[in-house]
Amino acid sequence: MWLPTFATDRIVRRRPEWHAKPLATTTAAAGACRIAAVNRAGQACGIAPGMTLADARALVPDLVAVAATPAEDGHALTRLAEWCMRYTPWVAVDPTDQDGSALWLDVTGCPHLFGGEGRLLRDLEARLARFGFAARAAVADTPGAAWAWARFAAQRTADDGIVPSGMHRTRIAALPVAGLRLAPDLVETLHGLGLRRIGDLYPIPRAALAARFGRLVLYRLDQALGTMPEPISPLAEPPAQRAVLAFPEPVMTAAGIAAAVQHLVENLCDTLAQQALGARRLMLSCYRSDGRIATRAIGTSAPSRDPAHLFRLFREHLDAIDPGFGLDVMALAATEVAPLAPSQASLAPASDATARELAHLVDVLGTRLGPAQVRRLAARASHIPERAVARVAAGTAPAAPAWPVGERPLRLLPHPEPIDVTAPVPDGPPMQFVWRRCTHRIARAMGPERICGEWWRDDAKPRDYYHVEDNAGRRFWVYREDLYRPDAPARWYLHGLFA
Amino acid sequence: MASPKSAAIAALRRQLMMGDGLSPSPAPQVTRLGIAAIDAVLPWGGLPGGAIHEVTGPENDGAATGFCTTLLARLSAGTRPVLWVTAHDDLYAPGLAAFGLSPERLIVVRARRAAETFWTIEEALRCRSLAAVLGEVRGPSRTVARRLQLVARSSGVTAVLLRHDEDDAFANAITRWHVVSARRDDAAEDDSDARWRVDLVRCRGRIHGEEGYVARWFVEWRAATGDFGVVADLRDRPDRPAPARMAR
Repeated sequence: MWLPTFATDRIVRRRPEWHAKPLATTTAAAGACRIAAVNRAGQACGIAPGMTLADARALVPDLVAVAATPAEDGHALTRLAEWCMRYTPWVAVDPTDQDGSALWLDVTGCPHLFGGEGRLLRDLEARLARFGFAARAAVADTPGAAWAWARFAAQRTADDGIVPSGMHRTRIAALPVAGLRLAPDLVETLHGLGLRRIGDLYPIPRAALAARFGRLVLYRLDQALGTMPEPISPLAEPPAQRAVLAFPEPVMTAAGIAAAVQHLVENLCDTLAQQALGARRLMLSCYRSDGRIATRAIGTSAPSRDPAHLFRLFREHLDAIDPGFGLDVMALAATEVAPLAPSQASLAPASDATARELAHLVDVLGTRLGPAQVRRLAARASHIPERAVARVAAGTAPAAPAWPVGERPLRLLPHPEPIDVTAPVPDGPPMQFVWRRCTHRIARAMGPERICGEWWRDDAKPRDYYHVEDNAGRRFWVYREDLYRPDAPARWYLHGLFA
Repeated sequence: MASPKSAAIAALRRQLMMGDGLSPSPAPQVTRLGIAAIDAVLPWGGLPGGAIHEVTGPENDGAATGFCTTLLARLSAGTRPVLWVTAHDDLYAPGLAAFGLSPERLIVVRARRAAETFWTIEEALRCRSLAAVLGEVRGPSRTVARRLQLVARSSGVTAVLLRHDEDDAFANAITRWHVVSARRDDAAEDDSDARWRVDLVRCRGRIHGEEGYVARWFVEWRAATGDFGVVADLRDRPDRPAPARMAR
C-alpha cells in the first residue's frame, strides 16, 4: 500500500483549510532549504522533492511551506500500521521507500473476512480517504509486484488494484522499470539503453543483466517475479492464534462489547483446543471507528482455554474501554501460548482440579490488583535478611525452602526504621529505645548476631542484630549499623517484630 | 440416655448456630487448635470452618500475627493452601515457617485500599481449594461483614480477620480473640521463646464474664518443638474459664 503524500496529508488533517493549496514540507540539506515532500496541488504546479525552497517559491509564490518532521511522520506511520492490523496481523512498514510512505500487509487467508480482495481494498482505501490519507493499494502474489502495481498501474476502481494470482509476470511487464524499486540513476541508465518496461528485461540473459547493471536489478526482478523469496519482518510478531469479529454497524454499548468479547473468547478457545494449546497471554484490540485503537491485555498464571475463566478476566477491563463513536472491529489474539493437554473433567484427579481452581483465583486477583501484588514467598540464597526471601509469581510452586539458621522475626519491615537507643555500653545491647514515639524498656536481650554485607555490593556494612524483649513481653529485632567506632555515634534500627 | 429435654436443647442449639453464621449442613469442619485447654472451652471442640474468626492486637506487637499464623497452619493441615491479604510488605517467610506455615502453601496478596482488601477476601473465600483466607483489615462495615459471612458459609472456607484497631467488634465473627505479648518469668529456667496472653473475647454459644472476656489463657511457645502450652501466670493468674452455658 502506497501513501504518496503521507507527510503533507498529515498536515492537512490538522489544517483542513490548506486542502487545495500547494503545500510542501522543507528540510535543510546541502546548504539550502529543500523540499522534502509536496502535495498533489504542488505537484501539479511542477514542484518536486529535492528542489530548493527558493526555486519552488519562484514557481508558486503562495506555496505553503512547513518544516518536515520525519520522526513524527515515522511514528504516525507506525500507528497507521497498527491500525491496519484490523485487516491482518502481519503488517510491516516499508523500509526501502524513498518517495511517500508505504506499508506491507500480508493478507494471505484474510480477504474472506471482509468479502473478498476487492472489498478489502475498497474498504481500506475508503477508510484511509476518510482519515484524509491518499492511498493506492495493490494485491499481488509477490511484494515486488504489488509495489510496482500500486505505483505505476492505472487504477480507476479498487478492483484494478488486484493482480490475479499467477498473472503477475504478464501484468507487470507493461510497467516502467522504476517499478522494480531501483535507484533513480540506475533507472536513467536503463532508459538510456531503451529498456523502459519491466517486460523489456525478460529476454535479456541473466548473466549479462548482472554484469551490465549489477546484481541489484537481478534481485529486484527475481523478487517481483517470485523466483526469489523476499522476507519482510512484520511490525509485531504475528500472534499464535487470533480471532477477529467485524461488525456491520459500530458497537457502542457495554452489553454489546461484552457479548462480542465472549464470542471472540469462545472462538479462540475452540481453536486452541484443536491444537492442544492454552493461552498464557491474551491481547484484545478494539478498532474504533475514528481510527483509534484500544488494547487490553491479560495474563494467566497457567495455560488456559476455559472460555468462562478467560472472559471473566476480561470483564474486569471492559469498563475501561472507551468505545468513542463505536467499535468497528474487535480482535482477540493469543500472544503467548503453551501446550495444554486435553483433559476430561471427570477423569482428572482431584489435585488437578484444586490447582486449576487456585490458578483461576490467582488470575482473577492479578488482573484486578496487578500480577506483582499476588505472590508466593520463596527462599533465596542470601544471608542478608531482606534478601533471603524472594517474591515469586504465584503460579509457580516454590521449592521446599532452606531458611537461614537462627531465629527470624515474623514481620520484617521493608525499610528498617531508625530508633533512639540508650545503651549502657557503647558496643553492647540497648537498655531502652524509642520507636514510633513509644519508649520500650528492655527486659532481656540476646545477641549480637553479626551479619556482614555482601562484599560485591556497595552498601556492605556489617550489622549487629539483637533480639530484645521489652518489659511488656513484646519482642523486636534491632540492629546497630556498622562496627563500633568511638568517634561516631552508633546508628540503631528496628528491623522486625517477633511474635 | 437422651431425655426429651436434652434433645430439645440440642435442637435449639443447632438452630442457634445456624442463625449465627455457621453452615447448617453438613456440619462445619472443626479444626483443633492443639491447645487442649482452649479447645475444651470452644463449644465445637475447635475452630469451626466456613465462618469468620476475628483476631485483634496492637500493631507494634507481633503476638496477634503469631496467633493468626498458628491458626492458618492448623487450618491448612499441612496440605491445603491458604491466602494472606495484607496492605504492607512485611511478612517474613522464615518467621512464618517457624510457626508451621510453610511458604509453599501460602499466597500473599498485597491490596492497598480497603475496598480492594475486602474484594480480595471475598473472591478468595469463593475458592474452595483454599483452606483459609486471612485478611488484615480495618473495621469493615456491617454490609461488608454480612457479605463475607454469607460467602464463607456457602463455600466452607474459613476467614480469619486480623485487626490492629480497637474499634467496635465485628458483628458477624463467630469467635473474637485479643492477643498480646505477655511478660515472661525472669527465672533462668524459663525455656519458652514467647508468651502470649490470649483472650477469647466473644464466642457464639458462650457468655462472657464481668471481666469482658469468655476466657483468658497465658500461652507459651517453644520454637524448637513448635508446640504450645498453657501456663499459669504468676503475677496475673487467669480466672477459671467461664462454665459452659448457653448464650442468651
